[in-house]
Amino acid sequence: MTAGRWAGPLAFLVLALLGRTLPGWLVFVLTLALAKGLVVMGVMLLMRVGLVSFGHGLFFAGAAYAAGFAMKLWGMREAALLVAIGVLAAVVLGGVSGLLAARYREIFFAMLTLAFSMVLYGVLIKAYAVTGGSDGLRVPVPTILGLQVRPEQGRLAVYYVTLLSVAVAVAVVLRYWNAPLGYLMQAIRDNEVRVAYLGGPVSRAVYFTYVLSSALGGLGGVLVALSVGHIDPNLAYWTTSGEFVFVALLGGTGGVHAPLAGAVVYELLKSYAFKYTPYAWQLLMGTAMLAVILLLPGGLWAPLQRAVRRQHP
Amino acid sequence: MRPILEATNLTLHFGSIAAVDGVTVTVSEGELVGIIGPNGAGKTTFLNLVTGYLRPEAGRIHFLGRDITGLHPDRITALGVGRSFQVPQLFLSLPVLDNVMIALACAGRRSLDVLHPLAEPSRRDAAHRILAQFGLDRDAHRPASELPEGGRKLLDIALAYALRPRLLLMDEPTSGVSALEKFAVMDTLVQVLQEGGVTAMFVEHDMDVVRRYARRVLAMNGGRIVADGPPEQVLGAAAPQVVGG
Amino acid sequence: MATVTIIALDGLIFASWLFLVSAGLTLVYGVLRVLNIAHGSLYALGAYTAATLVIAYSHRGLWPPGTLAVLPLAAVVVGAAVGPLVERGILQRIYAREQILQLLATFALFLILEDAVKLIWGPSPYYAYRPYALLGQVRLGGVVYPVYSFLLVLVALSAGALLWLFVTRSRFGRLVQAVIHDPEISTTLGINLSRVYVLTFSLGAALAALGGAFTAPMISVVPGIAVEVIVVAFAVVVIGGLGSLPGAAVGALLIGLVRAAAIHLVPVLELFTIYVVMAVVLLARPHGLFPPPEVRRI
Repeated sequence: MTAGRWAGPLAFLVLALLGRTLPGWLVFVLTLALAKGLVVMGVMLLMRVGLVSFGHGLFFAGAAYAAGFAMKLWGMREAALLVAIGVLAAVVLGGVSGLLAARYREIFFAMLTLAFSMVLYGVLIKAYAVTGGSDGLRVPVPTILGLQVRPEQGRLAVYYVTLLSVAVAVAVVLRYWNAPLGYLMQAIRDNEVRVAYLGGPVSRAVYFTYVLSSALGGLGGVLVALSVGHIDPNLAYWTTSGEFVFVALLGGTGGVHAPLAGAVVYELLKSYAFKYTPYAWQLLMGTAMLAVILLLPGGLWAPLQRAVRRQHP
Repeated sequence: MRPILEATNLTLHFGSIAAVDGVTVTVSEGELVGIIGPNGAGKTTFLNLVTGYLRPEAGRIHFLGRDITGLHPDRITALGVGRSFQVPQLFLSLPVLDNVMIALACAGRRSLDVLHPLAEPSRRDAAHRILAQFGLDRDAHRPASELPEGGRKLLDIALAYALRPRLLLMDEPTSGVSALEKFAVMDTLVQVLQEGGVTAMFVEHDMDVVRRYARRVLAMNGGRIVADGPPEQVLGAAAPQVVGG
Repeated sequence: MATVTIIALDGLIFASWLFLVSAGLTLVYGVLRVLNIAHGSLYALGAYTAATLVIAYSHRGLWPPGTLAVLPLAAVVVGAAVGPLVERGILQRIYAREQILQLLATFALFLILEDAVKLIWGPSPYYAYRPYALLGQVRLGGVVYPVYSFLLVLVALSAGALLWLFVTRSRFGRLVQAVIHDPEISTTLGINLSRVYVLTFSLGAALAALGGAFTAPMISVVPGIAVEVIVVAFAVVVIGGLGSLPGAAVGALLIGLVRAAAIHLVPVLELFTIYVVMAVVLLARPHGLFPPPEVRRI
């Protein structure tokens, strides 16, 4: 992972510079991809412990709707504040759901998280007076640090907000990754009983990772809301969560940047698949997923990592 | 020499079988005790009870005067009881050094730390020192999965040792280790334990190892302790009944 | 009729549907140790196949009650055709992998089948209400019930009983029990694990399809029915204990009754009852009501 120490900041710089030159639709796809990549990063962190969250839609939608309410009910427009509110909402949801979910493993964890997200889905659909029901809510263009943004610049503005958020998120997660807690996750995955015998606080460690993961999910949710300009209850549906899991698998658990790379590849592929075969894109995605599972056990990242490691032993 | 471990009338049944049946024993600080007996005698169960993995139906366990009966393994570990396993329990996908550093982070109650790296200099050096004591330092950067059986056993014990336990319980430290390596492993082990002033109890099937290293032998059979004394005495007179079982 | 009786009846009817829809999922998990997300897709295939057969049958102007016999036929067709294909083609290759990867593989299969169904049958709804209408309605204590609902109860009870007898009495059933208990030892006893797996999965697929087939006359069969069923089936199976058929029955009954109570007493909670029940059960019994046997690690 250290081999690509400059790869991250370099990619960030390149993406920042490209923002002005790339066509609008591509900027949009990249924004979406990076934002979703953050959610995937959250899912990936839990995957490292062997936990698969089939309910990240809870944080994704929770944060998006929190931002949506802030805009609708309090007339808030400032992107920075909205992001903060969204992440806070997600962390609250994560903090509460984690108390129950973090005690479970494997299939039960997956099902419990799925259930939680579906409860939110139900609430979002039912409470149409507040949430707009299945129609959802409109999300107008935000202000950036108080500055008004012209509608045609909105897309680019959100793109840069996303890039900045990603940079901050990656820095935080890298810190976590190299710290005892990050390593403890791998240890728990390898041998949970041994960690207990070393006096390691397994439940608390898993809980903290879960909450961190929820924050990432929420961050992605707000950013998606801002870039798409519209939110609906499907953000909480289990198939949305399933998509995050697939991309996490695609990217692999080898490095902090893996989910972002996986998400970008996925969104690009998906937009092409949808454009050319709108009636069979799920079929293509499913087949691709099966191929990855059957042929590439470490995700896309693994062969690349192995190649890099061969050069720098 | 004050008692470090006092087990009183420990009893546990698996179904209708008494795995451990009224076991009473006192171990003093600094002792090196071998536990022998046929399969199913209750040796591992005894270890599981003392370390909190199992809860006794009857009886109590005192560690340094404190009642630890029924406490969770991580609490008991925190109080100073270490344990190694019949099958080495390692973090196989991680390098050997990382295994030890994780143990050290847990020992220092810093395992939930997110602000500092795991491999900070003081911890890394401490880990290297421990590996050196156990003769594993040259394998520091290899994944634990690549260690040979003897190395895995030593690493397993090293992880427990990294927590600076007062009492170390080892489940068959030389099983699976080649005949050539057995004595080397035990020599290293005993030296480290003596340097650290650690009281040790180890379950063993190899009588040569027991005869050579144990200062006191507990023989178990059918869940009970049937002999307790120096190795010459227990292995000399009682051997046929106990070992044959 | 007293509210309690109405709740009990409604609960029983819904529980029957839940059991039909979940039995296959828990059976497959019990034997293959795979939680099949595509279970809902098999249900959908059953519904579509049944709808197609009912419509084709009706067009021939044949003896109307025959439309009922067509329903289990659809289940058998799906089980026999899709079961071996999926088990041999996909599952067989991933048994050695982690459970989570297996879960994701079935998720991939679900995606594939979602579009496959749309491509084969098109996006428009299918209506196969003939069997439903045929049985008419009955008046019980002042409340009108479609007779078909009670047929559903009958089918669920029969399926449950037959399955139970099959698993506990038949030779194959004993093999299945042995494999559930310990796959490794089963092979040393000479049990052809591979054959047990493909047959069990096909049976599970047929059961899912049976649920779909008998549901078809009650709904408009559209793409997307798979998605809703999966969550519901999972809840039942998790509550009941993964791999336990009695567990699925009890779980179905529990959810059915609680939901019926919610509908009549606190309607706004209806959507959440299934998740609330799941959360409550898991809090008390982390592995469900009838959990699978656990293995000691050290």
